[in-house]
Order: sequence, then C-alpha cells, then structure tokens
Amino acid sequence: MPEASSGSRFSRPAIVLAGLGLLAAASVVAFMTLGARGSWSFVLSFRGQRLLALILVAYAIAVSTVLFQTVTNNRILTPSIMGFDALYVLVQTSVVFFLGAHMLVLADPYTRFLTEVALMAGFAWVLFRWLFLGEERSLYLLILIGIVFGIFFRSLSAFMQRVLDPNAFQVLQDALFASFQNVDTTLLWMSFALVAAVTLVLWRIAHSFDVLALGRPQAISLGVDYPKTVMTILTMVAVLVAVSTALVGPITFFGLLVASLARALLGTGLHRHVLPAAVLLGIVALVGGQTVLERVFSFNTALSIIVEFLGGLVFIFLIVRGAAR
Amino acid sequence: MTALRMDVFRGSHANPLLFCAVLFLIVVLAALSLFIGISNVSPSTLFGSGAEDRAMRVLLISRIPRTAAILLAGSALAIAGLVMQIIVRNRFVEPSTAGTTESASLGFLAVTILAPAWPLMAKMGVSALFALAGTALFLRILRFVPLRDVMLVPLVGIMLGGVIGAITTFFAYRFDLLPSVLAWTMGDFSGVLRGRYELLWIGFAATIMAYIAADRFTVAGMGRDFTTNLGLNYKAVMTLGLVLVSIIASVTLVSVGSIPFLGLIVPNIVSLMVGDNMRITVPWVAALGALFVLICDIVGRLMRYPYEIPIGVVVGVVGSAMFLYLLLRKRGPGA
Amino acid sequence: MITAKSVSKSYGDALVVDDVTITLPARGITSIIGPNGAGKSTLLSMMARLVGMDAGHVTIDGLDVVTTPSEALARRLAILRQDNHMTARLTVHDLVTFGRYPYSRGRPTEEDAVHVARALDYLGLTDLSGRFLDELSGGQRQRAFVAMVLCQDTDYVLLDEPLNNLDMKHAASMMRLWRDACRDFGKTVVIVLHDINFASWYSDHIVAMRQGRICRQGTPDEIIRTDALRDIYDMQIDVREIGGRRVCLFYE
Repeated sequence: MPEASSGSRFSRPAIVLAGLGLLAAASVVAFMTLGARGSWSFVLSFRGQRLLALILVAYAIAVSTVLFQTVTNNRILTPSIMGFDALYVLVQTSVVFFLGAHMLVLADPYTRFLTEVALMAGFAWVLFRWLFLGEERSLYLLILIGIVFGIFFRSLSAFMQRVLDPNAFQVLQDALFASFQNVDTTLLWMSFALVAAVTLVLWRIAHSFDVLALGRPQAISLGVDYPKTVMTILTMVAVLVAVSTALVGPITFFGLLVASLARALLGTGLHRHVLPAAVLLGIVALVGGQTVLERVFSFNTALSIIVEFLGGLVFIFLIVRGAAR
Repeated sequence: MTALRMDVFRGSHANPLLFCAVLFLIVVLAALSLFIGISNVSPSTLFGSGAEDRAMRVLLISRIPRTAAILLAGSALAIAGLVMQIIVRNRFVEPSTAGTTESASLGFLAVTILAPAWPLMAKMGVSALFALAGTALFLRILRFVPLRDVMLVPLVGIMLGGVIGAITTFFAYRFDLLPSVLAWTMGDFSGVLRGRYELLWIGFAATIMAYIAADRFTVAGMGRDFTTNLGLNYKAVMTLGLVLVSIIASVTLVSVGSIPFLGLIVPNIVSLMVGDNMRITVPWVAALGALFVLICDIVGRLMRYPYEIPIGVVVGVVGSAMFLYLLLRKRGPGA
Repeated sequence: MITAKSVSKSYGDALVVDDVTITLPARGITSIIGPNGAGKSTLLSMMARLVGMDAGHVTIDGLDVVTTPSEALARRLAILRQDNHMTARLTVHDLVTFGRYPYSRGRPTEEDAVHVARALDYLGLTDLSGRFLDELSGGQRQRAFVAMVLCQDTDYVLLDEPLNNLDMKHAASMMRLWRDACRDFGKTVVIVLHDINFASWYSDHIVAMRQGRICRQGTPDEIIRTDALRDIYDMQIDVREIGGRRVCLFYE
C-alpha cells in the first residue's frame, strides 16, 4: 500500500518509529556497557548472548501477538492469554513425563527443543482450528476459554511434575524452565535459526496481513486463501511462542502491552508500521527494563512481575473500554 | 442480562433420597480419609491397644483435624462461591475469579510484614478486610462495564486477581517471603494439625449464616428493584453477602491455602441438578463441596503414595477442566 | 452468469438451504427476498465462497467457486456484508486501495491509483480520503466499503442487506448507485433485501426464498403481486401501482 494521503514528509508513524529506534539503540548500548567491569571480550560475549536472547524474545512476542490479533480480529486476545506459553510448558513436561526423565540427560537439547516445538505447533494447530475456524463464538467467551485453558495447562503441568518426581520436582523445574535471569543460552542459535525461518515464511505472505485485518468475509472477497493463510500464520505464531518461552519462560501480558502501546502511539493499524513499532517497543521494554532494574535498582526478578502488573491493568482497561463502546 | 435461572420452583425437584446418599458417601469417605497416611492407622491398630498409643495420637492430632478441615473448607468455599454468584448475578464468579482470594493473600502478606507478632486470628481479620476491599473494588469496576456480558465479569475478576497477585509477588520478593506466599496460594491439607485448623470453624459459622439468610439472597438475586419491592434492604443483603464471602476466603486461605474454582463448579452443578432456590441449594452446595474436596484430597494422597499431591494441584486440574466444560457446554435458551 | 446446482447447507440439525438449483441472469440487479431464516444470506455467502456448502456446487461464468483459486475469483466477484466489524484503524484511502489487492497483491501500481481515485470520486469521498474510518458516520463508512468493492472492479457484486443502518436518503442513493453501476459498467449485482418496495423499485429480477428453497422467481411484475407475496411471506399484502411501479402496503 502506498503512504495514504499523508502530505508531509515526516508522518506520525515515521516519527514514532524513528524515536523508538533511538530508544531501542540506547537500551542496547546501556545494557552492554553499564556497570561493566573486567575484560571487555568477556563482558561482550557474556552480555551479548543475553542481549541477543532478549531481542529474540522481544521480536518473537511482538510479532506473534500482533499477527495473532490480526488473524483473530481483535485487540485483547494474545497467544499468551490464550494459554499458549502454558501449553509449551505442558509440552515440555509431557515429553519428560511420557518419555522418561532420561530424555533430559540423553537426548541432545536441540533434538528435544525441536521435538517440543513440533509438538507445540501441532497442538496449537488443532486447538486454533477448533476455536477459530469452527462455529462463531463471542469474543469474551473465547478469551475466557483461553484463560481457563491456560490455567488448565499450568495445573496439568504442575500435576505431572508432582507425579513425576515429588521430591526433586523443584530441581527438575529449574533444569527445564527458563526465566529472565536464567536465560537458556544453549538454545540461542537454534532459536535464532527458527526465528529467521519463520520470518522468511511470514515475509512471503506479508502482503495479506492488512487484508486479513479487514475481517474474514472481506479478506476472502479480496481473494486471500483464508484457511491456508490463517493456519500458516497461527503455526508460525506457535513456533515463535515456543522459542520465546524456551528462552525466558512464560510472560503472559508482555505481548498485549507492546501491541496495544504500538497501536496507540502510531494511530494506524497498518502492519508495516505496527510490526516494527511493536518489536522496537519490546526491545526497549525488555532490554531497557532489565538494564534499569538490574543496574539501577538491583532488582533481579522484578521485570516479569512488573510486566504482569502493568499488563493486567492494560487488559482490564481494554476490556472495560471495549465493553463500554 | 443475568445468567441465573429464576425458576425457584425447580427446587421442588430436589430428591431427599439422593441427598441422603451423598451424606452417606461423605461419611464413608471421611472415615476412609482417617486411615490414609504413612503412619499405620487402622481400626485394628486403634482398638487393639490403649488410648496412649501412637495410632490414636496420630488420629487425634493429624487425621481427624485434617478430615475436619477438608469438610469445613470444602463446604465453606462452595458456599462462598454460591453467595458470590448471587450477589454479582453471574454464574462464573467465585472468590478466585473476583480478586477476593488474591486480596486476602495480599492482606495476609501485609500483616505478616508489618505486624509479624500478631496472633493468627488478628492476621486473619486483616486478611478478611483486604478481601472485602478487593471484592468491593471488583464490583466497582464492574459498574464501569455497562454492557455486562456474562463472560466479561469473570474475565475482569481473573485479571484483577492477576494484578493484585503481581503486587503480592513483588512485595513477597522484596521481603524474601516468596516461599510462604507460594504455600498459601497452593492449597494443601498435609500441614493441618490439631490447633492449626480451628479457624475454619469460623467459615462454618459463615456457612450457617448463609443458610439462615438464604431467602434474602434468593430475593436479592432477582435484582435491586425486585428486592426493594418486597421491602428488603438490598444494600444490607449485599453487604452481608460480601462479608460472609470475605471471611470464608480469608479463613480458608490462612488455614489451608487457596483451592481454585471450587466455588464455581459446585454451585453450577447443583444449579443444574436442583435449581437456584437457596433454601434448597445451600445444603446441597455445602455437601457436594465437602464431598468434592474429600475425593480430590484422597486422590492426591493415593496417586503417588507415600508422597502427596497437594489438593490445590488436583483441584486445579479437575476444576479448570470442569470450568471449560461449563463454558463449552451447549447452552439452552434459558441458561 | 451465476449458477447454483443442488446446493444444500445445514447448521447442526437445521437445514438452512435445501437443494437449491438456480441460475441468476448476467447484468442488472437481482434481489433475493424472503422471510427471516429463509436462507437468503447463507445462499449468498455460499455463492461468494464465504461459507462452504454441504452438497452441490456453484459456478461463476463456469468457474467452480470451491475449486477456483480464491484470488482468481476475487477479480470476478466481490461480496460486501452488512457487518463490517473491523478492528484495524485505517484511512478511507487505505481501505479503498485494498480493492486493488486482487490485482497488485499489496503493491499498488499507477493504474491502481487511477482506479482508487475514480472510485473515491464516484462516491464523493475524495475529501474524506485521509480520514480514519472510525471518525466517519455510518453512512460514510458504508460508502467507503462500497468504494472498495467498486475498486475491486469485478463483473459480479454480491451485497448482503446493504440498506441496514441506512436512513431513507442513503438507502435510496445506495440503490441508485448500484443501478447506475449496472448501467454504466455492465455489472451483475445480487442483493439480499428485506424491504420489498426497494426490491420492486430497483430490481431487474427478483428471487424469493422460503424455508431454504426458491419459491418463486421472475421480474418485479411477476413477483410483486398479492398472491405471489402471500406464498412468500404468508401475509396479505396490498399491491398498488403508482406511476407505473408497484408498491406494497403491508401495514394493516
């Protein structure tokens, strides 16, 4: 699509994107340099890995959330709210539960990771086909179903972990599940490759994103192969969520925060603006947020808590406003 | 508008025989519950020797309190859910989908940090006050939702609970109390001993109160205008309901931890069985709540014997699965 | 020419469209009328491949709507539904440009820009083209969607109750617009209508449905008659002739 009838050279989206780009760059620099001591090569490679992981996570969550909202045609649902990352944790637990704990030791982490991603994509495919391509349901019912699915997946994982090894389940949990301060860097390069592959697939159908946002009837009328495109996007979303959950664990509201904020800042819904803005916002929030919390306040585990807090508020706001309209 | 079925005459279908069967099942399972555990407690070890014996001590100090706690907490939480559903006029609310449980948890954390020396009773009181405030906040937010979609109400409640939970986690993390908070949020009867569950009797008292006030709640469930028309003080009934719910939520939280979805599932099942006249449903809800928790606890204890799976985990799986069933069930025109 | 052959569709136990076979003539306005639940919208949706059919098939100029690639169909047939629930925040210009998507896949050419400008002009939206859709009135938004459909430049246009939410002035101008578009560009327009007077006044051809079946079809003169309408709607409708057109009175 061409720039709409905007007359001035510097439209609002361009300014917003440039500003976010600067902020993101500043966050990256601060993350790499603030409070660094000792050998630079060590600092660079150590922090560089974490930085790359955080950027991958920001990218994966922002892109998956925006596209998920496009496909489901709403602004409240996100993959995590639909219990997607809880599903990934369940898949991880199930692999160990059904194939035995030796999977953890014997199988090489890449094979395990790829198996989990494949399972996850398969499950997600079935779940979404059933939820979104079947009969029409009210949006709020869908969200509630998603949230309860999330709780169900989490409970089931907890249950399996307890049944699996009641004594050592905490140890197991640490070995299995990542978090912000415990970024799983062994999977970094594999994740990078997966994200690159997903990006390539999405790039080829990127022209249909804006059309899909018009809603199903209009998208079909304009010649989009709807079921195929939607299922492709949802499968890619599943892979992205798997990657981000594998790297830093589940964060329910992060996607909702960046996607809503990106739209609010830009004022338009065109994907060529929203997608980069959401990714940049994600980088600012994750890299910048982690830097501020770690280096300035020396709070180590607070970022995910703060994200949950703000995200929950945004969610309530969106829902109350959406219902009032 | 409201999801409650107003057909009070459905209550007449309640079958007293079936109710007796449920009570009988509870007695049998409660007896069974007394004899499950690592220490060998069985009728033969009990009656084979004197009262000073080990088996009898285990029974008196651990097993009987535990079984009593299960019955009390199960019935009280189910009743709390029922009262809440009538006050909010929505089938899908209960303390854990309205921010009540999380507020109680925040209150308990606050008093633990600020006044660690206070007796448990006082801490419980503070927790109940927080629960009351949190639930009132929930009702307040709902007023900004003019279009009261049936599904919207629990959605707002769950999210409010998440936000309050994040505050709790943050402070717990700052004050190194995360493990204790996790313990409250995960319902578990394995720590119940004599002297550490008796607060639950307050929950029982609240259950009795709910039964006494049952007619008022039934009337209030039909709306403000209807209630006022019958000469009842709508606001007073509402306040009574909120206080009862908050007390039950905080008492169970402090004694055994939170047991999610219990108050949602049991009243819904009872409503499907016998309708919505509280005079009839209260005993049913209390009995089935106790039975449900009893079964889940026994399953949790036997599943991985001699280890235990906490009740919170078992109910989490069963409860969320049943919640999904209730959501996905084909709804008839009236429901 | 749109041809449906033995088309059926049911939702659960309810048979909504029951073994319909019909050929809609090319060029001009064909209205589909009938009581609520007659299966009008479902039939239209199946013709536009929005809804799959349980049995039978539909062809547009000989192309089967199920097997023909969606993008090829999008250059022949456009559908506009009444409920354009849309969450993306777009300008009128953005929206109308989407009409060119079947041709340029999101990379509009100079030629596309000409089409967009012409469509905007045709609907009097040129001044509003930079406005966001959520800033427009209902009638203006409806016109923006119509401009998009015009821009899609298809021989066939299917409209599902396009007059809902429009006042009399906008409803009449909407119908005039499609009549003119048929005349000027040789289009075939199929419209699901509830107001039989609009159908009587503007249609070249009327199809009446009842309980999932076609119960009558023909020119307005053949359908807008008391006996025919009684078969369709199960009520007594007084038909008067005013200035050579038939008007239905059903207010008693």
